[in-house]
Amino acid sequence: MSEQQPDRAALVDALLKRAAPGRSEFEDLFVVPLFAVVMALILGALTMLATDVSLATIGRSYLALLEGSLGSLRALSETLTAATPLILSGLGLALGFRAGMFNIGAEGQILMGGMAAVIVGFSFPGLPWAVHLPLAMLGGVVVGAIYAGIAGVLRATTGAHEVISTIMLNLISFRLVDYLLRQPWIQKAGRADPISESVLPSAELPRLLAWIDPNLRVHAGIFVALAAVLLVWWVLFRTRLGFEFRASGESPDAARYAGMRAGLIIVSVMAFAGAMSGLAGANQTLGVLGRATPGFSAGIGFNAISVALLGRSHPVGVLFAGLLFGALEAGGRQMQVDAGVSIDLIAIIQALIIVFIAAPLLVRAIFPWGFRRAPDAKE
Amino acid sequence: MHRHLRRLAPLAGALILAGTAAFAADFTACQVTDTGGIDDNSFNQTAWKGVLDAEEKLGVGGRFLESQAETDYEANINSLLGGQCDVIITVGFLLGDATKAAAEANPEQKFSIVDYSYDPAIPNVLGQVYATDEAAFLAGYLAAGMTRTGVLGTFGGINIPPVTIFMDGFYRGVEHYNARKGTTVTVLGWNPETREGLFTNNFESLDDGRAFAQNLVDEGADIVLPVAGPVGLGSAALADELGVDRLKIIGVDADLYFTDPGKKHVYLTSVMKRMDATVLGVIEKAMDGTFAGGILEGNLANGGVDLAPFHDMEALVPDELKAELATIRQDIADGKLSVGG
Repeated sequence: MSEQQPDRAALVDALLKRAAPGRSEFEDLFVVPLFAVVMALILGALTMLATDVSLATIGRSYLALLEGSLGSLRALSETLTAATPLILSGLGLALGFRAGMFNIGAEGQILMGGMAAVIVGFSFPGLPWAVHLPLAMLGGVVVGAIYAGIAGVLRATTGAHEVISTIMLNLISFRLVDYLLRQPWIQKAGRADPISESVLPSAELPRLLAWIDPNLRVHAGIFVALAAVLLVWWVLFRTRLGFEFRASGESPDAARYAGMRAGLIIVSVMAFAGAMSGLAGANQTLGVLGRATPGFSAGIGFNAISVALLGRSHPVGVLFAGLLFGALEAGGRQMQVDAGVSIDLIAIIQALIIVFIAAPLLVRAIFPWGFRRAPDAKE
Repeated sequence: MHRHLRRLAPLAGALILAGTAAFAADFTACQVTDTGGIDDNSFNQTAWKGVLDAEEKLGVGGRFLESQAETDYEANINSLLGGQCDVIITVGFLLGDATKAAAEANPEQKFSIVDYSYDPAIPNVLGQVYATDEAAFLAGYLAAGMTRTGVLGTFGGINIPPVTIFMDGFYRGVEHYNARKGTTVTVLGWNPETREGLFTNNFESLDDGRAFAQNLVDEGADIVLPVAGPVGLGSAALADELGVDRLKIIGVDADLYFTDPGKKHVYLTSVMKRMDATVLGVIEKAMDGTFAGGILEGNLANGGVDLAPFHDMEALVPDELKAELATIRQDIADGKLSVGG
C-alpha cells in the first residue's frame, strides 16, 4: 500500500499535463501504454532473474499470469471482480485530473463510502431488494461525495492544496473506520475485534454466475461500472459542467475570465470524484466482502490513481486500464500458486508500467519504430 | 488430464499443461497465509514450516498464497480450488468465515484451518486449535520471577481469541506467582475481566511493535510479550537498542531465538505454538485417509504448545524458578492445575 508516496506534490503539474492531454492522440492513448506494459513485463522478468529465479520458472509464471487472468471462466470472473472498484474509483480520479485536481484521497473516500453502504446494508431488515440495494449504494455515493467535498471546500475557500488535504483525510478515515467498527451498533455481535455486522442479502450486489459455480465471485457491480463509464463520458464531453471542468483544467485563468466560477467547479469536481470512489467502496462491501473490516479498501484508492493515469484520464481508457490492473491482480495470485513467485513482483510490474506511462518520451526513445513522429516533434 | 483441459482456454491450454505437469506431485498441500506474510518469523512461517516438513518427510508438493489484505482471503482460497490441492490449509482466525463459505460450497475439497473450530463441525474442515494459555501461563510465571521493576507488559495484534489466549495465560501465570510468593507483580496491556487491552490492530507494522513496547517500558515494564506476529520484531529491535537489562522480550508462535537470529539475545523465552506439528499431522491424516472434520488440539501434554528454552539467558534464570516451572508444567499437563480464570 505504500507505492504512492505523498511527496509527489511537486510533480503534480507535470503529471496533470500528461494525465489530461488536450487532444487525445492515438499514439498516446494506445501505443505508449502497450509498450509500457511490454517493457514492464520484460523488466519484471529481469527482476526475477536478478533474484535467482530460473528462466523456466519465469516462463511458467507469465503463463500463470495469463491463465489466472484470462484462461478460464473463474479467471475472467476474478479479473472482473478486481477491476470493478478500480474502474469506478479511477473514473472519479480521471474527472478530477481533467479539471486540474490531483485527488490522492480515493482510499479514504472508498473507506467512508463503503462504511456508509455497510451501515445502510445491515440496518434495514425487511426492505425489498429493489429498494434496499439502491439505498445502500446511494449511501456510499453521498458519503463519498461529502468526504471528498471537504477537500474541495478547503481548496475553494482557503486555498489549501487538495494533495495535502486528501492525504490527511485518508489518514483520518483509516482511524475513523477503526473507531466505527468498535461501536456496539456496528460491531458484529459476539466479536471483540473490529468487524462490522454482515450486509443483509437484500442489500447485496447479486453474484452473476453463482448458478454455474458458487465460487465465481463476479457480481452486478460490473454493470454499475460500465454505466459509470458512460455517465462520466457523457458528463465530461456532452454537458456544460464537463466543459467547465475541462476548461478549468486546461487553463484556470482563461476559465475564470470566461466567467466560470472556479470555487464551485472545484467543489463539484471533488464531490463527483468522491461519489465515484464511494461507489467503489459500496461495490466492495456490498458485492465482494459483505461486511467491513479495518483497511478493507486494500490500496484500491492508490491503484486507482495509476489506473486513471494509465487510462489517460479518458473514461474508456480508464475502463481498459482498470481491466488490465484487475487482470494483473487475478493473474498475480496464479503466478504465486503455480510458480511460487512472490506476489510482490506484481506490485513491481504495476509500478514499472506507471513509470513508463509517466515518461512517454522514454518509451518513444526505446521503441522509435513504434511511432510515426520523432519524439522532439511532440512537445 | 480432462479436468485441466476443461478449465483452460484452448489457446493457452497446451502450454500451461506443460507448465503444471512439472509441478505434479502425488499429493499437494496448499496454504493461504494471513496478512503477516510467509516470512514473518512467527505465525505464518511456523504454519508454513509444517508444509515444508511434509515436503521433506512425506514427499508432498507444497504451494502457498500470501494474503496482503483481509480482502484477499476469499480470492486466495478460490485460486486454490479446482482440484489442484489435496488439502487447503488456511492460517488464522480471521480466515474463519471465508474458509467456512468455501468449505460449504466445495464439500469434496478437504480443508484445515489454524486457530478456528466450527460448532457444529463441518465434515470437510479440520480445525487446529491450541491451548496456548497453558504455555503462556508458564511464561507469565517465569516473567514474574524475573522482573526487577515488578511491572510486565503485553500487547496484541487484533482482539481475537487466538491472540488473547496468550495474554490470558500470561496474566494468570503472573497471578499464580503473586499468590504463591506474596508479590505484587502487575501486567500492563491486558485485562482478562473486561477483555480489553493494548492492540495494534494489525499484524504487519514493526513500527507499532516498537512504539507499543516503548510505551510499556515508559510505564515501567522490563519484560514484554508482544502477541502480534511480525509486529513483535519491532519490539525486539527496541530491546536490542535499550539493552536486555531494561527490556526483555518473550517471543510467540515459534522459538524466536532461532527465527530472529539477528536479535536472538533479547528473547527471554518464547511461547511456542507448534502449528508446524499440527499442520504436518493434518497432511498425514489427509494422505492416509483418516482425515475427518472436527478439531485437532495442541496442548502442553501432547507438545502442541510449549515454552522454549532460555538459550543465552539460561544462566540468568534461578534454579529454584526453573524447578518450580518444571513442577507447574507437569501439573498442567496432568490436569492438576487449571490455567483458566
